[in-house]
Amino acid sequence: MSEKTILKFSDETAAIAKKIVARYPEGRHKSALIPLLHLAQAEFDGWLSVPAMDCVAEFLSIQPIEAYEVASFYSMFNLKPVGKCTLEVCRTSSCWLNGAEDIVRHLEKKLGIKEGQTTADGMFTLKTVECLGSCGTAPMLQCGGDYYENLTLEKTDKLVDSLRAEGKARVYTNDNPVNID
Amino acid sequence: MAKVTIDGIEIEVPDGTTILQAARMIGGDIVPPAMCYYSKLKTSGGYCRTCLVKVSKGSEKDPRPMPKPVASCRTTVMDGMEVLNITSPEVLEARAGVVEMLLLNHPLDCPVCDQAGECHLQDLAYEHGKAETRYEFPRREFEKIDIGDKVQLHMTRCIMCFRCVKVADQITDGRVHGVINRGDAAEISTYIEKAIDNDFSGNVIDVCPVGALTDKTFRFKSRVWYTKPVDAHRDCPTCTGKVRLWYKGDDVARVTARKDTYGEAEEWICNSCRFEHKKTSDWVIEGPTKVDRHSVISANHYENLRLLKASIDRQRASLPHGDKVDLGTGALNPNNEEK
Amino acid sequence: MGKKILLANDHIEGIRFLDTYRKHGGYASLEKALKSMTPEQIVEEVKTSGLRGRGGAGFPTGMKWSFLAKPEGVPRYVVCNADESEPGTFKDRYLMERIPHLLIEGMILSSYALGAKTSYIYIRGEYFYVARILEQAIDEAYAAGLLGKNILNSGFDLDLYVQIGAGAYICGEETALLESLEGKRGNPRIKPPFPAIAGLYGCPTVVNNVETIAAVVPIVNEGGAAYAAIGVGNSKGTKLISASGHINKPGVYEIELGVPVEEFIYSDEYCGGIRNGKKLKAVVAGGSSVPILPTELILNTAAGEPRLMSYESLGDGGFATGTMLGSGGFIVMDEDTSIVKNLYTFARFYHHESCGQCSPCREGTGWMEKILHKILHGHGTLADVDLLWDIQSKIEGKTICPLGEAAAWPVAAAIRHFRKEFEDFIRNGEHVNDVKHYYRLNNLTAPIN
Repeated sequence: MSEKTILKFSDETAAIAKKIVARYPEGRHKSALIPLLHLAQAEFDGWLSVPAMDCVAEFLSIQPIEAYEVASFYSMFNLKPVGKCTLEVCRTSSCWLNGAEDIVRHLEKKLGIKEGQTTADGMFTLKTVECLGSCGTAPMLQCGGDYYENLTLEKTDKLVDSLRAEGKARVYTNDNPVNID
Repeated sequence: MAKVTIDGIEIEVPDGTTILQAARMIGGDIVPPAMCYYSKLKTSGGYCRTCLVKVSKGSEKDPRPMPKPVASCRTTVMDGMEVLNITSPEVLEARAGVVEMLLLNHPLDCPVCDQAGECHLQDLAYEHGKAETRYEFPRREFEKIDIGDKVQLHMTRCIMCFRCVKVADQITDGRVHGVINRGDAAEISTYIEKAIDNDFSGNVIDVCPVGALTDKTFRFKSRVWYTKPVDAHRDCPTCTGKVRLWYKGDDVARVTARKDTYGEAEEWICNSCRFEHKKTSDWVIEGPTKVDRHSVISANHYENLRLLKASIDRQRASLPHGDKVDLGTGALNPNNEEK
Repeated sequence: MGKKILLANDHIEGIRFLDTYRKHGGYASLEKALKSMTPEQIVEEVKTSGLRGRGGAGFPTGMKWSFLAKPEGVPRYVVCNADESEPGTFKDRYLMERIPHLLIEGMILSSYALGAKTSYIYIRGEYFYVARILEQAIDEAYAAGLLGKNILNSGFDLDLYVQIGAGAYICGEETALLESLEGKRGNPRIKPPFPAIAGLYGCPTVVNNVETIAAVVPIVNEGGAAYAAIGVGNSKGTKLISASGHINKPGVYEIELGVPVEEFIYSDEYCGGIRNGKKLKAVVAGGSSVPILPTELILNTAAGEPRLMSYESLGDGGFATGTMLGSGGFIVMDEDTSIVKNLYTFARFYHHESCGQCSPCREGTGWMEKILHKILHGHGTLADVDLLWDIQSKIEGKTICPLGEAAAWPVAAAIRHFRKEFEDFIRNGEHVNDVKHYYRLNNLTAPIN
């Protein structure tokens, strides 16, 4: 993707974006920046390229730098390309006490990559992240907005295999609630 | 109006005045140093923490002391407030800590830095810092980048005062640079290669307290202490045209805004005056400027520093050691200092 | 069994949905409030209840509400802080995913009490699926006339929206949250002004934690006095505790404030004791930022009294021998735990989460992490322990927001109570094998220095 590319939201996304903007009082549309960056990241291959951020800035009539400033502040926004599934393993206290590092080492071996890297086939990116608020079900990882908890090495294997078979991260929908009860 | 007492000196100031402004009205040694506050920029201040002071009495109405040191630049005075700055060992200790933090990742490349001699961080380090660093890890580094053809950004030297961002927000239209990333990876940047191109963009150089934003037309031309300041003006269609020329021999080495005692620009100047009018014939000379330069290169500054340091060291030595000891307040009398 | 008032129905199948929630008494508080109470009466009940902010600071909620400025013609906002990110804390997530309508009912009540016409729930971006659950519940509430115009024919209008964050612990600080909600970087604001005077969009705003807002529901239903009858001293009512670490039964427990810590750790009603029959070594009682306490000080106060799960009892002895209830993130560590390594995960966390706005935190958090990293890799010196101590003291109380303290306290407490372990670690290079795990985990090729 060259830097001169101009990206635009699809009609469907633009409609959602408009609804989000309507949540805020007159003149406070900048409030929609973070939700819209999420939309852009979902629509444009899982990461925020400069054209993707420019698209959001244009939509909200703000300076592009305002979008860059915000996108680079929050850890969930990827400013570089990522794989189809990003495995984000929590590494903070309780997860660490319960063996998060073993999960990471296991994933590194299984996927043949180091933490922070993406597999050659573009399928998986492996990351470690800070506390995801799942300390009671540690160790855990997040992928595609969903939580996978109480991990063991076997469960991690199964997860990776099934994600690979499906070819993409599962996304939680209201009709398909994963992880509840 | 509110009466406030700073280090034992009382002054009456209008409501809404900050402690720092009140201290500047008193003047002298009791004025806290400020690296990020800039009176001409709205919402500036509060970030660097060098101006921390202790409020030992909140106000006449509510005399309780404030539990933590406060940023004097962002705290407004209350009637009857009592503030300790250089008379509080606790404040001096806290300030020394802040200076150490500010210098932690600073390259200390003063010998090759254009700002040396008029650098606020240099002054601060001499006055409140320690001779040695306790930091033993590699320092943070960034590539130098040109933001426009006249301004260079040397992020490695930046102390994140946010003044340049506020200049872009408040006196230019269409800000293209800002702060990206977060924590100790945060940097001033345009994110993508982009020139800051605006009639007033050169003012970011004047507000920068360190050598992070420098004038490329003056780069390596001269050490500032070899140049002579002269106030001058011209009929400028864009700004007031009131500037300070810095002569090296018969040549105008650079043009800056006129700055006050605290290093703040009195009036913003335009890029045309700053970068494109470097001939004496462009200007009406008003006469040589007496610079009240609060700088390490000013006359007798080292001597004054020696006395100040001795005084600070004495106060430090009197600090009790150990965990969370309440250092008390007003233990030191400012009049006891060596004269 | 202790009395449960928030999680009394969490086990009921389908309680996530409106019809089941209503069948079990849901929205009765709202009907009662809108039909028979003035906003001021609700504020009074909350004051009477003695409810304190459940996000960590423990500030009396009723007092916070009474600070809200009410200038004519200026909108007011109620914002729910669902940016739960304090390591060890996961109670809000549990509450929201199980009983989303409890939070929504609490939001409507609070908005009515405070005169807000638009309210937001700011939830951390990682809780993406929880946000979906909340949105679904909000849709149900709109459809049932519980949100929108003229709620339950009372003439009260309210719009409620979920706003998602994008990964920043600092947005749990209320002014950083408001900045983020305004579409900016999550940099905490310099106070004053406080949000009660100038918050969201410069308007008077109350920001409360999920659990705090949920607690308004039983307070309105049963009355503030009934709520205040639960608990001990100034710790009224119940508290959700997120229990994790080396315990048999990790999870979220609703306790009556005042349960003895020992009972909480060992009884089968709660944590069920230490896993694998090991001994207890230390507890972080209120989320990662509160001081860690060794066994003898967490079970009993320095004076030998049994320590209770309450604001006062956990705080007994100050930081010298006590800690804080904080957010209720209760992390239990068994005898095999390395305090040095656990502290490293905390230091790394705070370094990662510092916003970078003010210098002591921006520079100091990274410095502390580097020193701990160095110690972990067998290159530490005894002087490093003193240096860590000094650095934390230079951060604490010198920063714009409480993240400075949050980063400093765990370091101070670990050294205060476990200095010998740090020194042994440095002298003997103990646990060096384990350290190699960390080495790989951090993808490091050479030790620093």
